[in-house]
Amino acid sequence: MKQLSGKGVSDGVAVGPLYFYRRGNGEIERREVADTAAENARFETARQTAIEQLGALYEKALAEVGEESAMLFEAHQMMLEDLDYVESIQGMIEGGLNAEAAVSDTAAMFADMFAAMDDAYIQARAADVRDISTRVIGILSGAVAGGVDSDVPVILAADDLAPSETVQLDKSKILGFVTRGGSGNSHTAILARTMGIPAICGVGNVLTENYEGQLAMIDGQTGEVVFDADEPTRERLLKKQAKERALKDMLEKLRGQPNVTLDGRNVMVYCNIGNPGDLDAVLQNGGGGIGLFRSEFLYLQGSDYLTEDEQFEAYKTVAERMGGKRVIIRTLDIGADKQADYFNLAHEENPAMGLRAIRICLTRPEVFRTQLRALYRASAYGKIAIMFPMITSVWEVQEIKRICSNIRSELANEGVPMADYVELGIMIETPAAVMMSDQLAKEVDFFSVGTNDLTQYTLAVDRQGQNLDKFFDAHHLAVLRMIKMAADNAHAAGIWIGICGELGADAELTETFLSMGIDELSVSPSAVLPLRNTIRSIDTSTCSDRLLRDL
Amino acid sequence: MYTFEYTITDPIGIHARPAGKLAKEAAKHTSKVWICKGDKRAEARRLISIMSLGVKTGETVRVEVEGADESEAGAQIEAFFQSNL
Repeated sequence: MKQLSGKGVSDGVAVGPLYFYRRGNGEIERREVADTAAENARFETARQTAIEQLGALYEKALAEVGEESAMLFEAHQMMLEDLDYVESIQGMIEGGLNAEAAVSDTAAMFADMFAAMDDAYIQARAADVRDISTRVIGILSGAVAGGVDSDVPVILAADDLAPSETVQLDKSKILGFVTRGGSGNSHTAILARTMGIPAICGVGNVLTENYEGQLAMIDGQTGEVVFDADEPTRERLLKKQAKERALKDMLEKLRGQPNVTLDGRNVMVYCNIGNPGDLDAVLQNGGGGIGLFRSEFLYLQGSDYLTEDEQFEAYKTVAERMGGKRVIIRTLDIGADKQADYFNLAHEENPAMGLRAIRICLTRPEVFRTQLRALYRASAYGKIAIMFPMITSVWEVQEIKRICSNIRSELANEGVPMADYVELGIMIETPAAVMMSDQLAKEVDFFSVGTNDLTQYTLAVDRQGQNLDKFFDAHHLAVLRMIKMAADNAHAAGIWIGICGELGADAELTETFLSMGIDELSVSPSAVLPLRNTIRSIDTSTCSDRLLRDL
Repeated sequence: MYTFEYTITDPIGIHARPAGKLAKEAAKHTSKVWICKGDKRAEARRLISIMSLGVKTGETVRVEVEGADESEAGAQIEAFFQSNL
């Protein structure tokens, strides 16, 4: 048995022959040319072809893996148009070098320059320069793109795969990836996670081509790469694989299925996200909408206030990519455990009960105004709903509605397009909001329960306090009664209610929530299919009475 | 010559896409546009040159615009920095 190890970057066990990625024959033709004008024209044609190919790849990537990954091809097109790059190649060709060698030498020069810089982002661009150059050389030398020429599915080995290579791969032929270099953020790792197949990177040069064709077993969770496995190892990995498959198959069958209980009740299963980058996972897992977009994460990433345009772009992206499905964006929920230096919030003895969330917005109208303008502008591009955190009083909601209506008229006067109606909702996360939920329900379109804060405030237990774990009980009857009361009041007023806190994904409570009539559960993208599975096994007509007895 | 200083707010600095957009923007004018960081200079029409300055978020660059349309070009380039970088 021969064992190598790397960093597991995408979970799963795969068994299959190891196959090294083919990049043409790897040899760069090098010769002198006499007609340099003709050679330069040949380069120019190849460069234009490469730009066109990248345009097509952009479209393909956009459809398959999302905008984040696709944008890279746009950057590649720009690099191919870079004057330094093009002039360097043209200069070498004029000096009598053939186009393939000129592109290869120029690529090496720029890649070395990037790799030598002390900035991880720029260093990573070395791979991009090599990638665009490999493409141009491939076109010049007539090599076929593709990389996997095998009849049986394989575990693909490579130094690292360039983004354009990962998009072009025939994915039906790949069981997993093993790379010598790369990291958890490399394109290979991202692709593997998107495809849901195992990947291990950073195995190093011990992964030699001598292993080509040998049967390999890889575990993307532990980073193991095993050849010629002994019996116990083989059995262990196969068992693990079978278990994963059974779970995956079960969940896979639920993809595209409705979230409906045995007694025919439909439940909305939405996702919680922090930034537009999380959308790929939402769409892949079949999230029915966004139940909570934590807008404060946008604020926490920067070192200064976000401009209206920056926020607008982020909200618009999410609204557009969700294509008409509801996207609930929660306004700034900062303070307490989430601090940003540039807000210069005064130190508070008890920040959880201090100036936070909606209280900041109602104290600093300019911050609130910027965000609301961005939200209403983005509402023209999808189905945006706005949700306000930390509500305790009816007057707060009335004040917010007045501000919203002013902003709407202001934007209308400026001729800015907006959705005809934008739903407004509030978080139910304070006992006061629960106790006032009958009146609050008449003011808004929906409620969403934030279970972490509701638990902390109901039980008077600091959620970050030490030695308090046994007192912080989100299943406490007091918390469940709070949720039930808010749900009853919501339904009496004809509005819907969801849960966007961690409890939403808690399978032990799903039955209870559905019995209360909770209409929506918003969970992390990876929890959508398991939750759907739970919902589909519940019959609320038989369990309600028992579960609601104490509530 | 039209000059201005600008502090980059984009979290990953002047990365490939904005640098590409900047190159296109700079190419619209007859004036030459230079981005200076410390003693390093890059012509704004050149994407790889700009990237090799390695400008990170929070760093301040000096932008010099020189040529026939410098005041108009300079103002447009300045606006570009404010909304993209």
